[in-house]
Order: sequence, then structure tokens, then C-alpha cells
Amino acid sequence: MQYSDKVMDHFTHPRNVGEIEDPSGVGQVGNAKCGDIMKMYLKIEDDVIVDVKFKTFGCGAAIATSSMATELIKGKTVAEALKLTNSAVVEALEGLPPVKIHCSVLAEEAIKAALADYYTRIGRPIDFELESDCKECEAHH
Amino acid sequence: MARFVYADNAATTPVAKEVVEAMLPCLTEHWGNPSSLYGKGQEAASLLSAARASVAKSLGCKPEEIYFTSGGSESDNWAIKGAMHHAKKGRNTLITSKIEHHAVLRTCETLEKEGYRVIYLDVDEYGVVDLRQLRSVIDETTALVAVMYANNEIGTIQPIAEIAEIAHANGALMFTDAVQAVGHEPIDLSTLGVDLLALSGHKFNAPKGVGALYVGRGVKIGSYIDGGGQERRRRGGTENLASIVGLAKALELAVARLPERDMIRQKRDRLMNELLKIPYSRLNGHPTERLAGNLNIGFEFIEGESMILWLDMAGICASTGSACSSDSLDPSHVLLATGVPHEKAHGSLRLSISHETTDEDIDYILETLPPIVERLREMSPLYETVKK
Repeated sequence: MQYSDKVMDHFTHPRNVGEIEDPSGVGQVGNAKCGDIMKMYLKIEDDVIVDVKFKTFGCGAAIATSSMATELIKGKTVAEALKLTNSAVVEALEGLPPVKIHCSVLAEEAIKAALADYYTRIGRPIDFELESDCKECEAHH
Repeated sequence: MARFVYADNAATTPVAKEVVEAMLPCLTEHWGNPSSLYGKGQEAASLLSAARASVAKSLGCKPEEIYFTSGGSESDNWAIKGAMHHAKKGRNTLITSKIEHHAVLRTCETLEKEGYRVIYLDVDEYGVVDLRQLRSVIDETTALVAVMYANNEIGTIQPIAEIAEIAHANGALMFTDAVQAVGHEPIDLSTLGVDLLALSGHKFNAPKGVGALYVGRGVKIGSYIDGGGQERRRRGGTENLASIVGLAKALELAVARLPERDMIRQKRDRLMNELLKIPYSRLNGHPTERLAGNLNIGFEFIEGESMILWLDMAGICASTGSACSSDSLDPSHVLLATGVPHEKAHGSLRLSISHETTDEDIDYILETLPPIVERLREMSPLYETVKK
């Protein structure tokens, strides 16, 4: 199993690691049993994601996909962020080994979970599909 | 050039210089077929028989009890399938442990599909097989007890002589997968009491692709590869002479080096004691009954593969029992069997050192690893809840 240079770059120099104080929305997906947990913090102003931070427990791919996902949604509108798919994350990372694709799914789910939390906080009904935690991972158990 | 520290000797070892020197003439000069009757073949035949005698001497058995194979997996497959297929009528049960190598476990699964009954023994928190359970499940239907000598992940050494006694008292055969132990632990087959023992060359500085199976006199396991008359008609195929000669040489060197085990153990213990000072770390495996070079530590809140990647960038080769390094997402079956919960099993690191590991190597690991653990914890959502 070999990671692309892009994956290694995001693994060794992850972008947007940390927490946001007083966030607009927080989402956490995955579980320690599977070996991956992603926690995503969003700061949203005028429907635009002005800041995003993450914390991840997981393998190299889990860390790299979290990092790439935050980069892809920073500065985007909420509607744009909702359109981010796991394959876009994989593509931006110049590919992932097949066994690691679930990490990118988790990254997409983490963003959706954080946005759902934001919707709840501002009283907007959640009008997008929220994936259940770690579906891919469960399939392996 | 950054430092290079090889701490994954349980995975494989480099071929020793003396071993290469012993092998080379087999490739350049003595390339004859040991089955050929003319001089060129007989040169090769005498090298083969000298290698067999040397391995037998190293292990305390007779040359005719040593069968050369392609490695540990083949030896495991042959011993277990052979013993079950040739068991006496009414003996259709195999007893093994939950922490065996996959070469044993997958073989057991195959036998289950063939209709045999397999009992998987539990282990305690240190990875030692439950002898009380063995005594209670073994009966007159048991054909074979298969328990590894030392575990490849956590290094725990099993009470093999005692297990063999229990097996024999119940009329069953005893097999041990000693792939991790041969060349690293003193093994004397004249007193150990096992009927079958598997070993692999590349775990003790011989090349990959060669191993052996000890089959005690009178033990029936049949033939494994149908073919010519090689290996007393039980494993056909022209012998891999250079590798066999290399294996014999490597084993001779490893056995002569066994007294150095204490030095390896001292280095391992220093590494262990220092690393266990890291908060939320735990030793996996037995504190004392373990291979001298093996260390397996779990670091909470982080995942093993991330550690391995950072260590690799620092020039340190190590391994993990964690899922993410392999094709499966499940954490190590060995750690789970010892009762380590899933989430903690993910953060385990195996460092396996050798006689070539220096004090400077240990220092370097001790300088390099703790900041990696800290860095990964800083970005772990599990750690922040503990810190608060």
C-alpha cells in the first residue's frame, strides 16, 4: 500500500488542525472501534464558511482526508460545502488505496454532520441527507 | 543521510554476510541436482545432507526428522493438514489457540470446511494459553494440539512442554509453530516433547523462501507435494539447495549467539521502561515470558499506522498490530484475544530488535517516538476530552 505525495503532504502538514472557540457548528463521525474519528468545527458568517478546523484520530489517510476536506470547503458557501463528495476529496488527494476509501467517506460525513449541527443551532430544518456513522467501516465488521 | 534503525525483526531479518558466503558456492559451483548420480550431483547431495545434519544438530533431533520446505506457512499447512488427514479413526478434533499466526488459523478454517472440529483456546491478558481450558476440552477425539511457541505480535512464550504433555496424555499429537522462536530461544527437541515443529529461515538471517518442518520419528503426516523422491518422497521438487545451505548456516550462527539474548533483552527493557513513562501507554504481552527482542506497546488516543508513517520518515522501521496497515480494518486478533478493547488495540506499536541493534539505535527511537505520540495526540479528538 502506497500513499500519493499529496496524501503524505496533507498527513505530514495537515491544514486547519485544531478547534474553534464558539463555533457555528460541530460534527463528529466515526468511532474508536473502527479506528477513525473525525471532529469538524465550522465558523459560518453570512452563509459562508469563514473558518474550519478539525481533529482526527486515525490512520494517515484519515488525517489527510480531513485536512483536504477542510481546505476544499474553506471560504465556500454552505450550499457549496454540502455538494462536496468523498470522491472529490479522493481526487484532490490524487487517489487513495481502495481499503482507505472509507476515510474519505468519513470526511464528507463529518462536514455534513457539522452543517447539520449548524442548521439545528439556527433553527433551519435539515434538508440534506445525513449519512449514518461509519457505514463503510461497519461493512467490514 | 538520516539515521536508519531497523526495529521490525519479527517481520524479517537481513541475510547475514556469512550466510551469503555459504550460499554463493551453491549457485556458482555446486549447482548440480542432488538427485543426479554423477559427481556434480553428488557434490550437491552431500551439501544437502550436511545442511540437514547441521539443522538437526542445532535443534537436538535426527537429520531424518528434518524436512526442508518453502517456509513457515508451508510447514504450518503441512503439519496441521497432514496430522489431521492421517489421524486415527475417531480423532477428528484439532485444538489450537486464538492467537496463532494466520498460516495456522486459515489452515484451521480450511479443515473446518472439510468437516473437522476445531477448538480455539482462549489466552489470558498476557497472551498465555489457558491450560485449564485445554485440560477440560481435550478428549479421545482430539487428534492434534497446535499452539505456537512464541507469538509474532506480542512475543509471549507459551508453556510448550506442558502443553505437549497434556496432548500426549490424551493420545493427541503436538505441533508448535516456532517460526518466531527458532534461533531466538533455546530449543532442544530431544526434551521439548513436540511431534511437529515449524520454522522459517528469514526470521533468523537466512533468506526468504526456505523453512523446515520437524517431524518426529513415527509421526504420520503423509506427503505434501507429490513428485520426485525428494525429502524422502514426502515433498517433491528439486531442493532449493543454496537457501537450504543458507538456512543451516544461519541457524548455526543464531544458536551460537543465544547467550547474547540477555544483551538484547536489556536493550529491549530499557526501551520498554522509557516508553512506558509516556502517559496512557500500556505493555501488550507478558512482562517477562516474552521473546527477548519483542516489545509491543499500546498508546491510547492515537492510531498505529500514523505512528509507523512518522517513524518511517525518521528512518525507523516498526510495525503495528493495527488494522489500517493491512487489508482488513479489524485490529489485531491477538490483541483482541488478550482483552485489549478495539479502540486501544488500534494504537499499538511493535518494535522488534535484534543482536544488531545498538544502544544508539535505542536512544534514537527514544528521542524520536515520544514527540510523534504527542503530535498525533494533539490532533486527536479523543485526547482533548482526557486533557479537559
